[in-house]
Order: sequence, then structure tokens, then C-alpha cells
Amino acid sequence: MKSLSITSTKDLLWKDSLTTESPLIRRLLIGTALLYLTFFLFIPLAAVFAEALKDGIVAYVESLLNEDALASIRLTLLVAAVAVPLNALFGVAAAWAIAKFDFVGKQILITLIDMPLAVSPVISGLIYVLLFGLQGWFGPWLADHDIKIMFALPGIVLATIFVTVPFVARELIPLMQSQGREEAEAAITLGASGWQMFVRITLPNIKWSLLYGVILCNARAMCEFGAVSVVSGHIRGLTNTMPLHVEILYNEYNAVSAFAVASLLTLLAVVTLAVKAIVERKTHFPTIVADPMSEVQTGSIR
Amino acid sequence: MNFILKQPSVLPGFALTLGFALFYLSVIVLIPLSGLFVKTRTLSWEQFWNIVTNSRAVASYQLTFGASLVGSLINGLFGSIIAWVLVRYRFPGRSIVDALVDLPFALPTAVAGITLAAIYASNGWIGRYLEPFGIKVAFTPLGVLVALTFIGLPFVVRSVQPVLQDLDKEVEEAATTLGANRWQTFRAVIVPELWPALLTGIAMAFARAVGEYGSVIFIAGNMPLKSEITPLLIMTKLEQYDYAGATALGVVMLVASFALALAINLLQWWSNARRSNQ
Repeated sequence: MKSLSITSTKDLLWKDSLTTESPLIRRLLIGTALLYLTFFLFIPLAAVFAEALKDGIVAYVESLLNEDALASIRLTLLVAAVAVPLNALFGVAAAWAIAKFDFVGKQILITLIDMPLAVSPVISGLIYVLLFGLQGWFGPWLADHDIKIMFALPGIVLATIFVTVPFVARELIPLMQSQGREEAEAAITLGASGWQMFVRITLPNIKWSLLYGVILCNARAMCEFGAVSVVSGHIRGLTNTMPLHVEILYNEYNAVSAFAVASLLTLLAVVTLAVKAIVERKTHFPTIVADPMSEVQTGSIR
Repeated sequence: MNFILKQPSVLPGFALTLGFALFYLSVIVLIPLSGLFVKTRTLSWEQFWNIVTNSRAVASYQLTFGASLVGSLINGLFGSIIAWVLVRYRFPGRSIVDALVDLPFALPTAVAGITLAAIYASNGWIGRYLEPFGIKVAFTPLGVLVALTFIGLPFVVRSVQPVLQDLDKEVEEAATTLGANRWQTFRAVIVPELWPALLTGIAMAFARAVGEYGSVIFIAGNMPLKSEITPLLIMTKLEQYDYAGATALGVVMLVASFALALAINLLQWWSNARRSNQ
């Protein structure tokens, strides 16, 4: 038994040597990869926190407790609290229709869902200005009725929803397609109501990907800069989200405060990536972060 | 036989979920986007042409598309190396590196912008070592390239990685036993397999870079004709209440984005067809 295991290990090693590089090239490649990542990933990541803590922890905490900073944090939380549940609801509904039914025009629907990812953030904001701005379609009517959408909360929420529409749907569609229809069909034929089937069968099956989709959607909602910048009007304490507040502080040469607020958003990004790693381990199904217009489009599953 | 719009199914909720999804997409995505095209119709063809071929606009296209192309090619090279190293080798910290590759996608663009500007400024962590060589990054077109390279990395890594993972090692073994050396195996066996996914990744990085705004404006210096990207020019026009001008440039960008999205779709279709044929 022992000798057998040794030969098989030898065998494995010999086989491995056929499909790998010499140690020198291996080290060279790892070194190149790590060097590139150092310049484009690790140093920027470290720099955020180094710049934020440059004047010590007291200055760091003070810039976060500043009234305008707190207002921007509150606004960002509020915007995400509206945009994320709506997009989650949309994501589940769209994924259910796309994954469980065959209908004409499915590809077009999927392409439509992905569209916001292809559009420049500046244009995502611009389209709402053209609709609701003073010179826009609904602008005069809104002004007559004293309803503010542009340069106010509704505009920021709309632009944020637009930018984050795809995320929950894109997490769920490939997963639900791969899970097939049998379980749900069994539940229905055994007499379950639609709601019972959803709560007892569908939800438990998709919960981890749904959780990750919601967290990714949330991160993108809180972090959106370009689109929100167009529609917000940059009114301090009123329509300034956290990324916009970072910009204002930075342009005022208040780098420490800018990086302090930026560090909170960076932590959010890092936590999102950690959740992604955990969910991938839980589900053994690849989550989609930077994979726009991925397999979803062609309908195939990894 | 009748043309069937929907295959029959015992599952409930089709009308409800599809109806809601279509309504939501129309209100949030479709109607606002079509508004952009409708707005351009307030311009005559000549006016439109003059706006989009103005020298400042043309300079901004050259910078935006040029820097995006170079940045996505850089990412094509280094992204493939990173994907290769992550899939094929085991080294300490590998799983952390793997998770962090997505950082440029998860990080707010404004944060990326101020951070890159800080480290590549002449007194920054990296900028101070480039300064003696006469290389200025921040507030030059080179800064635009750095920002656009930064944001594109995850796209290449994440398209190449799954293909590398699925690659059948037996083909490589066969190549080696048939007498090919490692480099020959790489060129004749591995590269043809990777090629579609790599092109898709580069195209995605390019598409993302073309529309990028937040990470660029802090490091670019934003000099008209020199270091001004197209999205910023749209923003400037908006701030001057030149809605028609902003819309015209917006249409140019949107058409470019859709063309790229179409190209990416075709590339992906090609890539998937290749993979499923194995």
C-alpha cells in the first residue's frame, strides 16, 4: 500500500512537470504579477488609509464627525435604502421570469438589463437632467407644481437606481438557470401556492447569491460618483453624497478629511469583496463582480 | 403551427414578474435613454456635426479612446499574467490577491481618483521617484492612462481566469509527450484557447475606460485640448447649461458604447462557442 502511494505521487510529480514551468520562470511570473498589483492595487489601497491618518487619529475622527460629513453619510445611507430594495425586487422578478420560463425576446430583455453597465456614468446622469431638468420634458410641469427632482433627493435616487439596476439580476439569473425548474415544478404539482413555493423552495436556493447581489448593489449605490455628480447640484449638507463630499473636500485642499471619508467607502469596498469570497465558498458558484455582459448574455452557464 | 410567444409551464408568476420587470426597465432605463436621442432632434444636422467635430471635442475623443486602448492593452498583458499566476501557481497570499483583484471595480471612482492623484503627484509615494527622470504623471495625459489602466484590470483577469481553470491539462500533457517544449505548448495549445476570452476582457476594459469619469478627473489636470476626456467635456457643457451640446456629445459616446457592447457580445458568443465545442 505504501509503495503504491509513493509511485503515484512520483507519477503525479512527473505529470505535473509536463504542464508547468521551470521554477525560475514561475518565480518571474509571480514576481511580475505581484509587482504590477503592488503599483496598481496595494499601494493605492494603503495610500487611502495613510493619507487619512496623516494628521493622527484625532484629526481622522474629527473629519468624520464634521457636520457636513455626517450629512453626506446620512444621505448616502438614505439613497441606498431606497435604491437597493427596489433593485433587489426587480432582480428577483426579472431572474424568475428569465430563468424559469421560455419566451420570445428573452435575449433582448437581458441586454436591456445590462445596458446601464455599458453607459458612461456622466450620461446616466445626463438622461435624467434631460427628462426632469428645467429645460427637460417634464421640467416646466414639475416647476409649476413645485416638485423638485433635479438637484434634490429624487434625482440622486433615480440616477443611483439606474446605475445599479443590473447587479442583483445578474447574480441571480445564471444561478437560477443552473438550478433548473424541477424543484419548483414539483412543489406546484404537489399543491403548493406560488408564495409557498417561493418562500420554501426558491428563496433557500438563492439566498447566498441574493445576499451577495444585494451587497454588491449596495456598494455600487453608495459609491456612485459620476451619475450622481450630474444630478446632485453639490449642495453641501443637502445633496452631497459621500463620494461627492470627497470631491468637494479634495478640491478645497482638505486632503485629510477627503481621505477620511474615502477610507469609509474603501472599507465598504473591501467588506464587499470579503463577502464575495465567502459566498463563492458557500455556493461553489462563481459570483460576478467585474464581469459585465458575462455568460448571462449568451445564456450559458459556467 | 401557431407562433408561440411563451412555452407552456406549470410554474406561476410569469405575467407578474415579467410585467414588473418590463415596467421597471421602461421607467428607469428605456424611457430616459431614448430621451437622449429625442433631445438631439432639437438640433439641426449641421449644428450636431459642428458640435461633435469641434477641435476640443475631437481632442477629447483622441485622448479618451487612445488612453483607453493603451490602458486596456496593458491590462491585457498583465491581466493575463495575473490570471495565469492565480490559477496555476500556489503562493502565500494567493487567495487575498484573488479577492483584491476586483478592488478597482468595488472602489468608488472618486476615491480611486484622489488616491492615484496623491501617489503619482510629484511629492507622492510613486511620483517622487519618477520626478528625477523627468516623468510627470499626475495632471498630464499620462495620468489619464494610469487611471484608465487602474480601473480596467479586473475585467481582463476575470474573463481569462475561468477559461484557464477549465483548460484541460491532458492536452498540454499530450503536447509535451509529443515533444513540444513548454513555450511551444503555450503558443500552440494554450494561447489559441485563451484568445477569445482575452479579447473579450480587453474589450470590456476598453469599454469601461471610455466612459470613465470619476477616477480620471482628479489626476488628469483637465486642460482643454490636452488632458480633457470626453465625459468631462459633457460635464463642462452641462455646467454651462449647454444642454444641446452635452446631448450631442452624449449621443456620440452612447453610440460608441453600444457598438462596443455589441462587439463584446459577439466576442463572448465566439468564446463560449469555442469552450462548449471542447
